[in-house]
Amino acid sequence: MSKYSEIAKQGLWSNNPGLVQLLGLCPLLAVTATITNALGLGLATLIVLVGSNILVSLVRDYVPKEIRIPVFVMIIAALVTCVQLLVNAYAYGLYLSLGIFLPLIVTNCVIIGRAEAFASRNTLAHSAFDGLMMGMGFTAVLVVLGATREVLGQGTLFDGADLLLGEWAKSLTLHLWQVDNAFLLALLPPGAFIAMGLLIALKNYIDQKVKQRQPKIITQAVERVRITKVS
Amino acid sequence: MAFKIASSPHVGSTLQTAKVMQRVALCLLPGIATQLYFFGFGTLLQIAIAVITAYAAEAAILSLRNRPIKSTLADNSALVTALLLAIAIPPLAPWWVVVIGTLFSIIIVKHLYGGLGNNLFNPAMAGYVLLLISFPVQMTDWVSPMSAAQQSVDLTYALNAVFNSASDILVIGHNLAIDGSTMATPLDTLKTDLSMGMTTHESLAKPIFSGMAGLGWFEVNLAFLIGGLIMLKLKIIRWQISFGILSALFICSSFGFLLNPDTHVSPMMHLFSGGTMLAAFFIATDPVTAATSHRGRIIFGVMIGVLIYVIRTFGGYPDAVAFAVLLANMCAPFIDHYVRPRTYGHRSGS
Repeated sequence: MSKYSEIAKQGLWSNNPGLVQLLGLCPLLAVTATITNALGLGLATLIVLVGSNILVSLVRDYVPKEIRIPVFVMIIAALVTCVQLLVNAYAYGLYLSLGIFLPLIVTNCVIIGRAEAFASRNTLAHSAFDGLMMGMGFTAVLVVLGATREVLGQGTLFDGADLLLGEWAKSLTLHLWQVDNAFLLALLPPGAFIAMGLLIALKNYIDQKVKQRQPKIITQAVERVRITKVS
Repeated sequence: MAFKIASSPHVGSTLQTAKVMQRVALCLLPGIATQLYFFGFGTLLQIAIAVITAYAAEAAILSLRNRPIKSTLADNSALVTALLLAIAIPPLAPWWVVVIGTLFSIIIVKHLYGGLGNNLFNPAMAGYVLLLISFPVQMTDWVSPMSAAQQSVDLTYALNAVFNSASDILVIGHNLAIDGSTMATPLDTLKTDLSMGMTTHESLAKPIFSGMAGLGWFEVNLAFLIGGLIMLKLKIIRWQISFGILSALFICSSFGFLLNPDTHVSPMMHLFSGGTMLAAFFIATDPVTAATSHRGRIIFGVMIGVLIYVIRTFGGYPDAVAFAVLLANMCAPFIDHYVRPRTYGHRSGS
């Protein structure tokens, strides 16, 4: 069981794909102007990530090492196409507002990274759980970033939630304050970069404080594609 | 804190940062006074808000960073940043505009990069660009120069415009009042007219262009030029950057004017309108973000001059000083890398 809690910790916090591995920055910065878009893209990525981890883990013993990357990409592309068609069918508004970034999930480094670094070397259950946790970690970062930018930029939360959840969600939109003019920088990609930097700084600050409080805990590191920080 | 000199030779100087910054602020005074005379009390309010915000932000972030507060606040660099930003933004812009700009300048652009001496970009101009792309409406509404306005901007009027613009009750009446006293800047008017198919001659016939280079703007630029010359005389700045900017701008705009006077305005207009003089003497010469060698400074200045011309003429924004300075700031380390002064006793290029 400790393996699962370790995977959860890695995915959600200490090896978070958004904050630590800095993978998939392009959609992270481009579509997080509102919380709805962020949540939509996060969920789509999550589904693809779990699916690809499961499939890659299933075929890992039959795929020759030399051609594994093309095979993984084919699997991911198939899944992304499925998700894209599903979103197109059931959340057309969201499909329009996510635009090119939905099919672009196929190039998201988080997915190929987890397939290569984790799913191709671990059992089915572990891989599926890793996909879920990594996806949730990524979605959490997207949502926090989307919420920050939406509040700063236009003073609302859950604006356009009906695109994702259906008609009833229109009442979810919170108007925190009335702004005469949108704070455009927060809604534009440069604002996303700045907010992202501040978010990473906050995470490092929390890590530092935690480290100061409890000096030494030896954890067994999960193999990863890129190690940015040895904890 | 001693004034940082990046490249050898390390000639000793008695000028400390605080003193340099203080003199820069003093040399800004003629320009500020002229701007007050032509554009009303708004500028003074903006300066007050910006300075208070800048010092508060600086003190707060210094205490977060565990740095000495009193000695750093006394180096006057926050004062100069606040002054430059406040001069650059429209005098009757709502108070939160200048507050957001100053906070961004001091906290993000200056202190997140490591404080004075480590900032990559000119804080005042980065703050200005943030405001310009975030609040285009507020940032392009300039006060009409004194004689063209229907209503002169006295202190109470300015107070009302700056602080009450957000309150709902006053919005309607307020906007009506504002319309009587604000208009686009000469460069902005020119850009709009040219895009509507008018020639420069037709556009320049408008009352806002009376005088040498736009009503009020010529005098303000002249005042900044005088302040800049005083700084040169006091050896606070070197001549290379200012010379580079002004000569490059002059040459480029002369070419355009000679080739096609119908769509290009005279060099005079380029040199004495908008923020040209302010940029050439006070903004681009920031010792932290400019190139450091003599030849490097000339290249840096020429680059800004050319960029100002190109962005003003072909870009989407009417004035280009802030963008040009930021783009050149990015290149300053690169320029410094390739333009190294020959070390005494060594051959060049080694």
